[in-house]
Amino acid sequence: MVTVRLPALLVQLFPDAERVVRLSADDVDGLMNALDARWPGMRDRLCDTTPAIRRHINVFVEGRRAKLATPLRPGADVFILTAVSGG
Amino acid sequence: MSRKTLAIIGTKKGVFILESDSERETWRRRGPYCEHWPINHAIGDPETGVIHAAGGNEWFGPAVWTSPDLGETWTHSSQGLAYPQGETPVKTAWSIAAAHGRLYTGVEPAGLFVSEDRGQTWAPVEGLQRHPSRPEWQPGGIGLVLHSIVTNPDDRHEMWVGISSVGVFHTADGGETWTTRNKGTRCDFLPEGMRYPEFGQCVHCVAMAPGKSHRLYQQNHCGMYRSDDGGASWESIEAGLPSSFGFPVAVHPRDAEKLFFVPLNGAELGRYSPGASAAVWRSDDGGGHWSDKRAGLPQEGAYFGVMRQAMATDAHDPAGVYFGSSNGSLYASRDEGETWACIARDLPAISSVETLVVEA
Repeated sequence: MVTVRLPALLVQLFPDAERVVRLSADDVDGLMNALDARWPGMRDRLCDTTPAIRRHINVFVEGRRAKLATPLRPGADVFILTAVSGG
Repeated sequence: MSRKTLAIIGTKKGVFILESDSERETWRRRGPYCEHWPINHAIGDPETGVIHAAGGNEWFGPAVWTSPDLGETWTHSSQGLAYPQGETPVKTAWSIAAAHGRLYTGVEPAGLFVSEDRGQTWAPVEGLQRHPSRPEWQPGGIGLVLHSIVTNPDDRHEMWVGISSVGVFHTADGGETWTTRNKGTRCDFLPEGMRYPEFGQCVHCVAMAPGKSHRLYQQNHCGMYRSDDGGASWESIEAGLPSSFGFPVAVHPRDAEKLFFVPLNGAELGRYSPGASAAVWRSDDGGGHWSDKRAGLPQEGAYFGVMRQAMATDAHDPAGVYFGSSNGSLYASRDEGETWACIARDLPAISSVETLVVEA
């Protein structure tokens, strides 16, 4: 299991979503699928069809910026953040 | 029975709704909706009373938002609103249309998607992507966007789309095959002798005349046009207008000869009303003659633009006409353009204006 912290703006888009969630996944790609299974449509908000994490979304695993292929060890802390963007 | 009139406004920071009765004298503003997402186009489907909004967010990508209760609650979906892996991903949804029980949305990079379940899931209209010209499509100033979707109310298989810097395309078989429909529209930005290509025209807006499914009007980067053969050929109707440049065109809800443009001073001159004096120009004879309608509009210091989806008419008699400005003002006329009032100001930049009239 890993612990994932979701951005507030994302949680607002999914009425029953939680800011902190524990999931089982081997890598960030699997984590995105697990989020999507729990809250359908969430993967589309975080990833595009390149496939890649969206340009203005940052995923940090154990304090390092991650890609979809980044592995997750059991107990890992994952932060998903919205980047500075907009106007 | 009294009727409720809604002006549905897509802005850079969400959807706003202006609400009035049949008289349209006083308005109540609601919103912003859609979590402040940039919304390029929002419509009210007169068949279902449902509101749909097409947009995209730098963080979270494209989505179509749907409200079944006139804006009180919303859901969003982009399920299926995607190109195959490896292709440039869909950045944002740009336009939306409802017809024959279906929803269509146009996206950037240019493409068309259809929903058979009121916006919950989407599927690509692949025939447009297979058009032989597709590898040569080049983005315009706003990107490679499909912004105009015109459906035929009498034929579920017929449709036109407008793509910036690419032109107008037509299908008669439900989207399986498409043909270019740009004959007679100019590309003033190309070298002499090359200004009437098969495609590459910068269409800004296409609208269908009521009751005449093959009478189309078009505002182009380079001129205003009319077609009486479903876009197979276009005739310039810009004589008598102060400029050949502008973005939106709107048609009267019942009179095929009555239409409205907002000419701006020019593509390279600031893109605001000539002399910074705002006017809507109306023709009552299909573009043969024009008159400027200014009463109630700012006649000095009006440096705003009006975007390609930001003008609409309503279903009342006399018809209402509405346009939204790039500086966040919404102007409305309840006498077919003769006089105007500002019914909202200081909104975010307005991308689209549509109307919906429902039983109160």
